[in-house]
Amino acid sequence: MNLVDPALQGFVDSLNAAYGLCLDDGRLEEWPEFFVEDCLYQVIARENVDNGLPAAVMYCDSKGMLVDRVVALRQANVFPEHFSRHLISRAVITPVNGNMVSAEASYAVLQTRNDGETRIYNAGKYIDKLFVAEGSAKLVSRTCVYDTHRIATLLATPI
Amino acid sequence: MNSHLRVEAQQSIPTAVDYKVYHDPEVFAAEQRNVFKGRIWCYLGLEAEIPNAGDFRASFVGETPVVLVRGQEDKIFAWVNRCAHKGATVCRSLRGNQADGAFVCVYHQWAYDAEGALVGVPFRRGMKGVGGYDKEFAPANHSLEKLRVESYKGMVFGTFASEIEPLEDFLGPVMRKYIDRVFHRPIKLLGYARQYMAANWKLYSENSRDSYHGALLHLFYPTFGIYRQSQESAGELAEQGFHNVFTVSKPKGDIDYTSFGDEANREMQSATKLQDDRLLQFRPEIDDDIGLHIQSLFPNVVLQQIQNTLATRQIVTHGPDKTELVWTYFGYADDDEETTRHRLRNLNLVGPSGLISMEDGEAVELCQQGTVGAEGKYNFIEMGGDDVRGYYAPMGMDENAVRGFWKGYLELMGDALPTSAVEVPA
Repeated sequence: MNLVDPALQGFVDSLNAAYGLCLDDGRLEEWPEFFVEDCLYQVIARENVDNGLPAAVMYCDSKGMLVDRVVALRQANVFPEHFSRHLISRAVITPVNGNMVSAEASYAVLQTRNDGETRIYNAGKYIDKLFVAEGSAKLVSRTCVYDTHRIATLLATPI
Repeated sequence: MNSHLRVEAQQSIPTAVDYKVYHDPEVFAAEQRNVFKGRIWCYLGLEAEIPNAGDFRASFVGETPVVLVRGQEDKIFAWVNRCAHKGATVCRSLRGNQADGAFVCVYHQWAYDAEGALVGVPFRRGMKGVGGYDKEFAPANHSLEKLRVESYKGMVFGTFASEIEPLEDFLGPVMRKYIDRVFHRPIKLLGYARQYMAANWKLYSENSRDSYHGALLHLFYPTFGIYRQSQESAGELAEQGFHNVFTVSKPKGDIDYTSFGDEANREMQSATKLQDDRLLQFRPEIDDDIGLHIQSLFPNVVLQQIQNTLATRQIVTHGPDKTELVWTYFGYADDDEETTRHRLRNLNLVGPSGLISMEDGEAVELCQQGTVGAEGKYNFIEMGGDDVRGYYAPMGMDENAVRGFWKGYLELMGDALPTSAVEVPA
């Protein structure tokens, strides 16, 4: 097993930690800034991935589309009031190709609605491609593959 | 306390239905008998989900688990997923291929073929003259409970009522015409999304037939300044009232209908602008001007074409306040990679995270929560009249199809729907 450069590991884990807190704090407008302009973000059921089926519940293939999601959430969409809480594992970094890094990490998103109960809302893993340069990492693509294929009510806030 | 109250029973009618129908376990049980196992055809899945011999897919009729199987001679079968021995679940996977065509219960290894016939029982004759079943034991009497199965244009339906009319007659000419338009050429499966709502299945059935809420609950289009004033809408009902289709299209002979995005940009003076309007692009691929087609087939499926998204939404009733919606997305078999990508982008509009649809999950749960303890109180379904019409246009200011749903539902339920005792001033 190759030892991953600790600095690189740190960049990726720091991005994930900041990403989770950004969403959980409700700073949705900052969320697209974790991505490069020409990005891909998708949330897809594991049963689809395992069967080679491409349909995702969210599929944004530009940063602009991420911004549109956020504006829609703020101004248009109606969903249960809730808090999210991301728990994200340390990333496992797979091949590194120059500035392009592949990584995977497990996540669990807990959700707390107005009844006050905290439920496991969505569990899965991130499959990422990151561009790492000058001491920081940005997401080129993030695929959230969720095990929890029974989505409770609806899925509004990004994973 | 007012002592001048008396108790009076009131029947539910299509314009005023007792809220208890969303909560009462007895009503739920009666629906399983009178509706889902009654004189109707229930949607089970798409032929495209089980393309090869031995392919199977777990499905439901109401709350009853059934399995859809393609047999060796290309014929499709469905049976209740309950071993004839002890009632155990036989098929434990969501989908797969049973290459040898045998479905074996793990508990005592009773084996069934694709049709659901019992073909193997271990130690049937016992061992060394001890044990085993009686000589009279006839495997043919211990098969899985089979459904009658028929398909229309690749949509597979099953029924427990072996004597009812053929599927084509149950759907009727109007519904068939619209199914034909979506399935005008072979399809391919794109995937699933499952949405679990803490609400009664009928709240969702009403929702998919309710055009009144469209522009009021779903605010995505107005938020981004997309006003489609030149659109035409119409609703058509099947004879029974409980199937309907709702379409939105451009007037014939209008300017080229290339994209909602283009139209949006023209009218978007003060509203928020979409950063990436590829999301909304519409590429007409059926020989008409319809951009939205939502078709509710009683009792458990919605067929849709919204822009270039194609899907069925199967309603599974797990309990009075537990409803699962299984979205099955598809494209056409001849789609190239770029077309598929375009469909995936369009899919942002629909499904559990749909920018123009996610609110439905919240709306039905709000109705469930709001009607707790409201037995003997009634909803109010009189928008656009109190009758049920076969055709209604334009749509959006009426609840004609919702009344149609209740008309058909109440007829099927008949006396099985208990009336509430309500208190009224003497």
